[in-house]
Amino acid sequence: MQVSMPFSPDQASSYSGQVDSLFAFLCVLTILFGTVITLLIIYFAIKYRRRHKDEIPGQVEGSMKLEVLWSVIPFLIAMGIFVWGANIYYTMYHAPSEALDIYVVAKQWMWKFQHLDGQREINELHVPLGRKVKITMTTEDVIHSFYVPAFRIKLDVVPGKYSTVWFEATKPGRYHLFCAEYCGTGHSRMIGWVEVMEASEYQAWLAGGAAEGSLASSGEKLFQQFACITCHRSDGQGRGPVLQGLFGKEVPLQNGGKVIADESYIRESILSPRAKVVAGFQPIMPTFQGQVSEEQLLQIVAYIKSIGAKAPGEAGVSNPNAPAPAMKPPSQ
Amino acid sequence: METVAEITPPRTHYLNATYGVKSWLLTTDHKRIALLYLASVTFFFFLGGLFAAGIRIELLTPQGDFVQAETYNRMFTMHGVVMIFLFLIPAIPAVLGNFLVPLMIGARDLAFPRINLLSWYIYTVGALFAVLAILFGGVDTGWTFYTPYSSTYSNGNVILTGLGVFVVGFSSILTGLNFIVTIHTMRAPGLTWFRLPLFIWAHYATSLIMILGTPVIAVTILLLALERLAHVGIFDPALGGDPVLFQHLFWFYSHPAVYIMVLPAMGVISELIANMSRKRIFGYKFVAFASLAIAAFGFLVWGHHMFVSTQSVYAGMVFSFLSYAVAIPSAVKVFNWTATLYKGSISYDTPMLYAFGFIGFFIIGGMTGLFLAALGVDVHVHDTYFVVAHFHYIMVGGTIMGYLGGLHYWWPKITGRLYSEAWARFAALVIFVGFNLTFFPQFLLGYMGMPRRYYAYPPEFQVLNVMSSAGASILGVGYLIPVIYLIWSMRYGPHAPANPWGAAGLEWRTSSPPPTLNFEQVPVVTWEAYEFGDPSENAESRMENRG
Amino acid sequence: MAESHITTHAGLAHHFDDIEQQREAGTLGMWAFLVTEVMFFGGLFLAYILYRSKYPVEFAVASNSLNVTMGFINTLVLICSSLTMALAVYCSQIGKRRPLIVFLLLTMALGTTFLVIKGVEYHEKFVEHHIPVRFPTYEFKWEGHATEGVPVHGESSASVDSGRIEMFFFIYFAMTGVHALHMIIGLGILTTLVLMARRGRFTPEYHSPVELSGLYWHFVDIVWIFLFPLLYLVGAHLH
Repeated sequence: MQVSMPFSPDQASSYSGQVDSLFAFLCVLTILFGTVITLLIIYFAIKYRRRHKDEIPGQVEGSMKLEVLWSVIPFLIAMGIFVWGANIYYTMYHAPSEALDIYVVAKQWMWKFQHLDGQREINELHVPLGRKVKITMTTEDVIHSFYVPAFRIKLDVVPGKYSTVWFEATKPGRYHLFCAEYCGTGHSRMIGWVEVMEASEYQAWLAGGAAEGSLASSGEKLFQQFACITCHRSDGQGRGPVLQGLFGKEVPLQNGGKVIADESYIRESILSPRAKVVAGFQPIMPTFQGQVSEEQLLQIVAYIKSIGAKAPGEAGVSNPNAPAPAMKPPSQ
Repeated sequence: METVAEITPPRTHYLNATYGVKSWLLTTDHKRIALLYLASVTFFFFLGGLFAAGIRIELLTPQGDFVQAETYNRMFTMHGVVMIFLFLIPAIPAVLGNFLVPLMIGARDLAFPRINLLSWYIYTVGALFAVLAILFGGVDTGWTFYTPYSSTYSNGNVILTGLGVFVVGFSSILTGLNFIVTIHTMRAPGLTWFRLPLFIWAHYATSLIMILGTPVIAVTILLLALERLAHVGIFDPALGGDPVLFQHLFWFYSHPAVYIMVLPAMGVISELIANMSRKRIFGYKFVAFASLAIAAFGFLVWGHHMFVSTQSVYAGMVFSFLSYAVAIPSAVKVFNWTATLYKGSISYDTPMLYAFGFIGFFIIGGMTGLFLAALGVDVHVHDTYFVVAHFHYIMVGGTIMGYLGGLHYWWPKITGRLYSEAWARFAALVIFVGFNLTFFPQFLLGYMGMPRRYYAYPPEFQVLNVMSSAGASILGVGYLIPVIYLIWSMRYGPHAPANPWGAAGLEWRTSSPPPTLNFEQVPVVTWEAYEFGDPSENAESRMENRG
Repeated sequence: MAESHITTHAGLAHHFDDIEQQREAGTLGMWAFLVTEVMFFGGLFLAYILYRSKYPVEFAVASNSLNVTMGFINTLVLICSSLTMALAVYCSQIGKRRPLIVFLLLTMALGTTFLVIKGVEYHEKFVEHHIPVRFPTYEFKWEGHATEGVPVHGESSASVDSGRIEMFFFIYFAMTGVHALHMIIGLGILTTLVLMARRGRFTPEYHSPVELSGLYWHFVDIVWIFLFPLLYLVGAHLH
């Protein structure tokens, strides 16, 4: 069922129809419920209006049957809405593995986007039509919130961590991008546009930019610049773990636990290396807190991700024209 | 309202027992303290209203042109802080509750009269801090004080405002504590728990939230202030802290705080519906326990303010589920109120008009709560005007309607005077129209995607914003009319009889206004709640029938 | 004001029916107040639990820098003060005025001792630059850690994240500070009780102020009984 409300914004993503349908259902429910109660009140108020001032009406005690009825029925309806809503929510925050990655750094008061191919944009985001897009976000300062009404998606961007949401645009056009979490004086200026383009146009747009090389190759430069490579050697002889083929895998930790090597783990390991030390290694890595910017971090993450697909020993950068699909952890 | 030809008021009552400023500022009489609170919260209501007016003027046009963005941000923050902490939370409990709890249970005063006075002074001191913060330029964090904006980035008077909220919290704790002890230990002989008016049940539930929730916001604000002062702290991600922890702690109080605001209003509405239709509340025990259920569940749903704050998806689902659980007792109340009207003797006097309005607004406010608890829909409308409209329907359409309805209903008891019924009905109508025009368009704005706390907005949102601003001006007028005729009635209104509504309840069995110690003699209760006519006679006839 | 009401006892307030009702109200009120106190400290404990489970190593290491001996002595001092307070309550129940005053004064002396020792500890922390603030004149410092910002390779494995150590001290000072504030308020209450007792205000029929203050004092002690192991002993296994 796909419903559009007269005042709903453009339906431009795969969620739009789902959200609008649930919304429409809730509207109908509200109108139904509100009308019944209102009509009852008006009817009673007229029929049983006070006729003379000393009138004492006969008393009616409560009714157990009615109480149970009007507790259970609303509860069942509510559970239906709960499941419906939770279903949409679950999908939104579980990105499919084949999604196109786009990285976002928010700051007071702008949105900075980095594409895998190296294009950078501010307050303007170009995405292809009909392709799943995964947004990985963080912020340099306060909490912001990434909100595209036409896509019906929103997610807070919290300092100190990555948050991800995904969507699939279904209609070409230019749509509002808002910051939805109050972030200071320029909060209402922290707006931009999301431009959904046909696949061919998108390819043309991609070809136009990218002066600095792909995101992963920028990451690789940083990897050398910060001398990460001295310890994280691809031949397994370094003092740190080998990073080739790491991304998306499960990593055994010194304290006996396990962690999936995802974006957040890589970020944490660079900023707080001693938080989750890989089993068999010494906690000797220094922190890079304060030396590496959020954007650079994302580039390094993109680099580590790009070598994640390869087996140890074949270090290199993936083909910039075909964005690297994220590797899923092998099922065990 | 029944017009009674000539009423002779009691010769001495609590208003004229003693004279002079000192006799008011040092009073321990709960009724006088209620009036001190009435004056204070009325002042802050209109102060908060001024900020609201500023907001609505700014939003008339899409581009920011009335004030600076900075000023606008301070206005909506101060609007929220003043309205929530200085008006809505104390309004019904500290004014009507203070006045009525001892009267309704047949006590001479609250259990701790001096603590009651202390709570007003604490409120005043806290309010002074907030006013100082306003005078020094205000604060721009939003009333939610989210970190790290509030702790590190904002250059407003965060600490001073926080101090105000912190201090006012203690007045709320003391009020709640006083109510709990009073209701437990000071009920008149024969007044068992299930003979209590539902107003008392609602205030009991509210008091539980006050004493359990308020300390948590106090400690949260303390941590925030320490963090801001020392430039270090536990919500700062740079030090391994978690800014989302602040949100958890904040909403652990602030969601139940919603029920601190709305439960007492529900208590008022139960009184109005029952007494103005002269019917015992349908399903008394269900309504009573619904209050307690709301208070209890209210502590378990704070996470529904954080569906998009990057908390775990599964946590989101649990909180969504629990939010639906808390919706059921609220729905039960609405059904029972409606059923109470059946075969009643329904009066159209002003208090009942407010009660009808309350039910209507509460249905819309409550049902849109279901929209917001539905995870998939919340993601879209979270932090938009949809939320703003929703909580204004609950806070303004619910709490303030309940407060005004209660104030009109008990005004003859409080002041011993009758107000002009015609003006009162007119004002209720103006408020009803103005309110809907102000806030209904905001639902549409929210669904269209307009985020809240926006100083400037895309031009397609203008029409609805203009409607909202127009409604707000009508609403403002609607709120000013009662001030005029109520104050006028205090001097020129006709004297009120002890029970002008023909209502049940112990508070109507003493003179209007009541004597300082409330009752000439301690009442002995032999009848159930909401027995109309002469319950003592009813009780006798019941005994005869039985025997 | 209460001209029509006949007071049966000097301590009975005008709005209560009898002294029994008044006592019941007072006791319930104090318990309700203590519930709010539990919630107040509860917020701090929540922060403690959250960050300790996140950063167990840093909490253990930072905890070891606290002076366990002083903390232990303070625990003993508070337990003794609870005893003297309990004895004071007992004396008020049986109407012994002089012992009541003596025990109240003893409790105050022990309470003051606690605060003095706490003050010495705080001073120690101040000298070590362990107070978690960042002012131009005074800054938190953690020795045994590489200077901030400069990565040093091959450092000993015991070195930890200084920000998280700071977090421990922030929680330490917040918790013990709020506790000490409660102690100071308690001393104020005890002073009032001593003055009232000297005026002979308490009788076996009317002594609830002593009893209720006793409840408060025990509560504050119990909070410390939780704080001591949580703050001082979590790193004991590292010795």
